[in-house]
Amino acid sequence: MAKAKITFEDINQTVSVPAGTRIIEISEKIGAGVIYGCREGDCGTCMMEVTEGWNNLTEPSVLEEKVLRENMAGRHYRLACQAQILGDCKVKPA
Amino acid sequence: MADTLNVATWKEAVEFAPGVHWIGALDPTLRTFDIILKTANGTTYNSYLVRGSGGVAIIDTVKEGFEDEFFHRLESVARYDEIRVIVLNHLEPDHSGALPELMRRAPQARLYISTRATTMLKALLRPNREEPFEYTTVTTNDRVSLGDRHLRFLHTPFLHWPDTQCTYLEEQQVLFSGDVFGCHYCDSRLFNDRVGDFRFSFDYYYAHIMRPFKQWVMEALALIEPLKLKVVAPTHGPILRERPRRYVAHYRELSTSSLSRELGDTNKSLIIFYMSSYGNTARMAEAIYQGADTVEGVRVSLYDLEGGEVAPFVDLIEDADALLFGSPTINGDAVKPVWDLLSSLAVVNLKGKIGAAFGSYGWSGEAVRMVEDRMRGLKMRVPREGIRVKLIPTQEELDECTGFGREIANILVGKEVQRGVIEFSDLT
Repeated sequence: MAKAKITFEDINQTVSVPAGTRIIEISEKIGAGVIYGCREGDCGTCMMEVTEGWNNLTEPSVLEEKVLRENMAGRHYRLACQAQILGDCKVKPA
Repeated sequence: MADTLNVATWKEAVEFAPGVHWIGALDPTLRTFDIILKTANGTTYNSYLVRGSGGVAIIDTVKEGFEDEFFHRLESVARYDEIRVIVLNHLEPDHSGALPELMRRAPQARLYISTRATTMLKALLRPNREEPFEYTTVTTNDRVSLGDRHLRFLHTPFLHWPDTQCTYLEEQQVLFSGDVFGCHYCDSRLFNDRVGDFRFSFDYYYAHIMRPFKQWVMEALALIEPLKLKVVAPTHGPILRERPRRYVAHYRELSTSSLSRELGDTNKSLIIFYMSSYGNTARMAEAIYQGADTVEGVRVSLYDLEGGEVAPFVDLIEDADALLFGSPTINGDAVKPVWDLLSSLAVVNLKGKIGAAFGSYGWSGEAVRMVEDRMRGLKMRVPREGIRVKLIPTQEELDECTGFGREIANILVGKEVQRGVIEFSDLT
């Protein structure tokens, strides 16, 4: 199975994961600072900044883009409950 | 009129600045608001009307069931075909209840809401109308002209929903502040210099509605404080026309952490709460305390929940940076005093605080994981799996507790021990 590395910059911790893993599945187990509300892409609580490897995440859906827009997200922000890892990337809480 | 004003009997609009009218409703018998708030003498649903040379604006409406009073007051000073602008500063049903009927009576009016309000508008008004309203979204410094009057919007999210905003009438220096600076206090004399003593209601409202969002209060105050203010007109409680700036200053005072001033900028506060039946969890707590206390820059506190009450502990938690909860497991659960405290934290912001759990158990030991899940649910960061000890902790286990306390304190001051690249499959 293809693997990828994700680094949580706030705790400077890297995890090697199977491609396709959602960030929400990793960040809580590792104790990173991304926090969650609805866990289904509606509330925007888990917004995070992708500092490297923006293209190594699945594309945001129309609904995710709407939530990001409403929450005045910066460039390269994503919802951790929605984004799946395809290749190496670095993230930190927004 | 002001000296004898009684809006319980005076059913028309009340003008408090040239062309600016209160057209709200009284709800004196309400005793509980929104489940969480007591209302000892009811509340008011304040709605306002502004007349400019180019038309009329309505700012906020009233709760469903109070439309008659609202429309009667509105009709005493304006015709529906004069209404050009409707502003909703906050979409909660106590302010949007009369909106569908108002839009029906004034179909030419344009509705202005904040950028964060669109999904709420659709979800809230779905039962009342098949077609969504036409609306314009606005944010800070967007303006709407009423001819010789101008309304300017201030984006003030989370005070008290994500959608909330304030609207400033520039020429009259009136701030229609939504729930900000409001309170549940019903007095037919309407103005802060006429009503009874509402100080408790003002602080109580802040403590339950605004307190969880202090950082957003501070951001809102940065927009509000530079304004010239003759009147602050909130959606609940007295209209603040007598020295309104006092209430703005009071909000800043209430939103400033007292403990951070005490600790200084460099120290972090770590608090350990525990309950213990045979002294085992207490011994673990003491060992964790000793470990955490060795870390420079951390002020550690240790509290036995048996000897305290919830409310002051909530105050402590609000100003703490890390929280550790120790609970034995009794009948497969954490003990009630721990849950009592953990279920009383909706009024404070815990986002990003560090959490950890520990506890002694007899045979199953579920409490630690349950408390960790609760802390994650409260949006805390749980960086390390907690320590569970079967019955009486050995010296080795107490040493582990000391190391655990030191590790959590180190994480708190940014000295987290690096663990190299972790395999996902190794994470529990």
